[in-house]
Amino acid sequence: MTKPTLNIGVTGLNAIDSPGPGVPVIRALKEATSFNVRIIGLAYESLEPGIYMHNLVDKSYMIPYPTEGTDALLSRLEYIHSCEKLDVIIPNFDAELYSFMKLEKKLLAMDIHMFLPTFEQFEERHKVNLSDFGKKYGIDVPFGKAISDPHDLRDLEDEFDYPVMIKGKWYDAYVAHNIEQARSYFSKITAKWGYPVVVQKFVQGTEYNVIGLGDGKGNMLAAVPMRKQFITDKGKAWAGISIEDKKLIALTEKFISSTKWRGAFELELMKTSDNIYYLMEINPRIPAWVYLAVGVGQNIPEALVHLALGNDVAPLPAYDVGKLFIRYSYDLIVDRSEFENLSVNGEL
Amino acid sequence: MEKKVYERPHIIKLDAGMPGKFGMRAETPAMTHVFGVAVKKLVEKHGSPLFVISEESIRQSYRKAHKAFSTRYPNVQFAWSYKTNYLSAICNIFHSEGSWAEVVSGFEYNKAIANNVDPKKIIFNGPGKSDDELLTAANNGSLIHIDHLDELYQLIDIAEKATQRPRVAIRVNMDTGIYPQWDRFGFNYENGQAWDAINKIMHSGKLDLMGLHTHIGTFIMTASAYGIAATKLADLAMGLQQKFNHTIKYIDLGGGFASKNTLKGSYLPGSDISPSFDEYAEAISSALLNSSLKPDSLPLLILETGRALVDSAAFLISTVIANKRLSNGKRATIVDAGVNIMFTSFWYQHQISPAQGASQYREDTVLYGPLCMNIDCLRESVNLPILNKGDQVVIHNVGAYNMTQWMQFITLRPNIVLVDSAGEVQLIREAENMDSIQHHEKMPDKLVINHP
Amino acid sequence: MRMNQNIAISETGFLFNPSTGESFTLNPVGLKLISYYKEGLNDDEIISRMQEEYQVEEREISRDLLDFKNVLKHYLLVDNND
Repeated sequence: MTKPTLNIGVTGLNAIDSPGPGVPVIRALKEATSFNVRIIGLAYESLEPGIYMHNLVDKSYMIPYPTEGTDALLSRLEYIHSCEKLDVIIPNFDAELYSFMKLEKKLLAMDIHMFLPTFEQFEERHKVNLSDFGKKYGIDVPFGKAISDPHDLRDLEDEFDYPVMIKGKWYDAYVAHNIEQARSYFSKITAKWGYPVVVQKFVQGTEYNVIGLGDGKGNMLAAVPMRKQFITDKGKAWAGISIEDKKLIALTEKFISSTKWRGAFELELMKTSDNIYYLMEINPRIPAWVYLAVGVGQNIPEALVHLALGNDVAPLPAYDVGKLFIRYSYDLIVDRSEFENLSVNGEL
Repeated sequence: MEKKVYERPHIIKLDAGMPGKFGMRAETPAMTHVFGVAVKKLVEKHGSPLFVISEESIRQSYRKAHKAFSTRYPNVQFAWSYKTNYLSAICNIFHSEGSWAEVVSGFEYNKAIANNVDPKKIIFNGPGKSDDELLTAANNGSLIHIDHLDELYQLIDIAEKATQRPRVAIRVNMDTGIYPQWDRFGFNYENGQAWDAINKIMHSGKLDLMGLHTHIGTFIMTASAYGIAATKLADLAMGLQQKFNHTIKYIDLGGGFASKNTLKGSYLPGSDISPSFDEYAEAISSALLNSSLKPDSLPLLILETGRALVDSAAFLISTVIANKRLSNGKRATIVDAGVNIMFTSFWYQHQISPAQGASQYREDTVLYGPLCMNIDCLRESVNLPILNKGDQVVIHNVGAYNMTQWMQFITLRPNIVLVDSAGEVQLIREAENMDSIQHHEKMPDKLVINHP
Repeated sequence: MRMNQNIAISETGFLFNPSTGESFTLNPVGLKLISYYKEGLNDDEIISRMQEEYQVEEREISRDLLDFKNVLKHYLLVDNND
């Protein structure tokens, strides 16, 4: 039987020190056993390394930022589709998900498939709403509040003890040890990501992460918990190890069955010294360390593509415990002409 | 050999970074026509800057909004918010669609009367109403929305002199999870002020309590907040029913629906994230239908939405006066419309389109108005094609508040035209002249300068 | 005014400055002006050449040339000032 070849658009090609998930997702797709792929890279910036990895990415296109609105994105995708006949798109940035969710029906009408969370799931898991989320589903979350005015930081001092986490709506998180730091992080974050800013109780503990996949009907198709072994100054895992923890799997299963989560996700958890897991954040997309899941036996991107195409997917097999991922950086040598072509033509 | 078309020389430094808020911009297609009429022709005839409003666009927005509510709730009434845009022609488009008038001052009240609105269909809001204004409104049977206790007592006194019992409602403020909470208007729900005011009205025996009103804020991006507001008003209505056996005639949820403009500080554009009329209607209707209000005596639902109905129905055409280069190398363009007539550029990133074809080259530009005043900036950063002196730009979504909050600062206000449903261009407000301003000034005799 | 001689310009309007590592894009008119500078033409020569080739008034091209030169100086793409 010949395997079909799918044209898959992938974003998040920024394999830098705070990496996007695009490149590992592509590696996973290249290793899929059920189909062959032609990868179309979708990039926001001309220096995203994935664009220049020609062994992984067959063709790349620049796409407009989410700030430009969905009409601009749609017309760019229509052009790309006319050249490439995309079968599936896997968006990998938090900040772009809303736009792709908004376009889901229109893209489907063009025969471009995605498998994304619903608007309701996307909104209620948002860090701005995490406190309510925890209450609704009976999951332990740290107390948090979304604020839009730096003066509220002073009022919040009654409800929080320092240190507190100051988090942007989309990205960035800082630990503030006093009101001055909190104020300075507040303005730093709002300048870049707008309002509101989330103030969250700081939880002391060990960080664990789970990557998972829900089928949208409440079934857990994949879940691999990982403990970070080494963390960069940006808080990103540079090395991690797959672990076996029934509590974590049960929590993930509860998350999926109660929200009927649709698509891939990452749970960020903190385990305190008294063995309680606090859910710190829910990322509604594949995390950058997804290749560990592939390496231990669960090719989540491959399964995600099948879900997008409407195929039945059985729960993935058990994963290997105790395998590490160790990230490394690699210097590509790129001729100026490639950068020039991309800058002038918007594609490479 | 034929000469090539010239375009200003252009060089851009390539900065590569991570996706940020002001990253690569998409093309802004040229908008040579607004509402089917050529920009050049409009400017030729009516000058620049020029506000252009579309009758058809207003009617369509209104019908869409009305349908969103009337398909979900049995009894719906819109009241046109005069302060959003009180050009009489615009008001009358809304009135002809069936809108009542919602006014917040004696001036606006008189405007509605002059527009031949049935006084019983005028809602009189706002914290500052004079004795005379209240007496007129009471005699006319208009709906007076009480803002504070002093006004309540003022009305009880006025009831003695009035030819009929004043028809009133109270404005209620409340926590709907929205920041900031607009607690400066009306009586608070949570601390019991609102219930107190209701009791005072009922016990006075001099006022007809017709309805309950709230207006939770402005540019509300969360439709569910209206559901909370509707629930709380329904709860007050039930209290009235139980304690006084009094059935209110209406619940007025005010306005505050967001338009498609993009607020400064918002990452995603308003066109993508502002809730639709259906979302607001769903939140409000289901809250009322799910409340304990009896299905056979459901109150009339009044909506005073302004911005969301009229913002996208108007464009402002403006002309490039000059290009210059700032000390940091950034391009600046000066156009003939400033913040004096574009008040909303203080809080929106208005979308701006070129009005003539251009090449694909774009440059990051600061867009300044013509005022000799540092704050006169329409956009701090906007990606525009290469514009030349005399070119036009079209500024989007300017129908709300600009034509009421505008300032007469160092210059005169421009023409406003309406493209009517037949596609004809009608002048609905003439550009001001010296006399418009000078007319009201008085010169003491001894200050008159006489040249020999 | 002299362009930095080792600057690389492609026909697509991509400019690379090897001494600073910075890259730029140009529109066709910008590209044309730079190529004239690289040929060593002075401003008067450029202005008259441009008027022969393009539909442009002297006043307009003079004004734009002045601005363009300032930008080139700002980006350190020219050797000396004159």
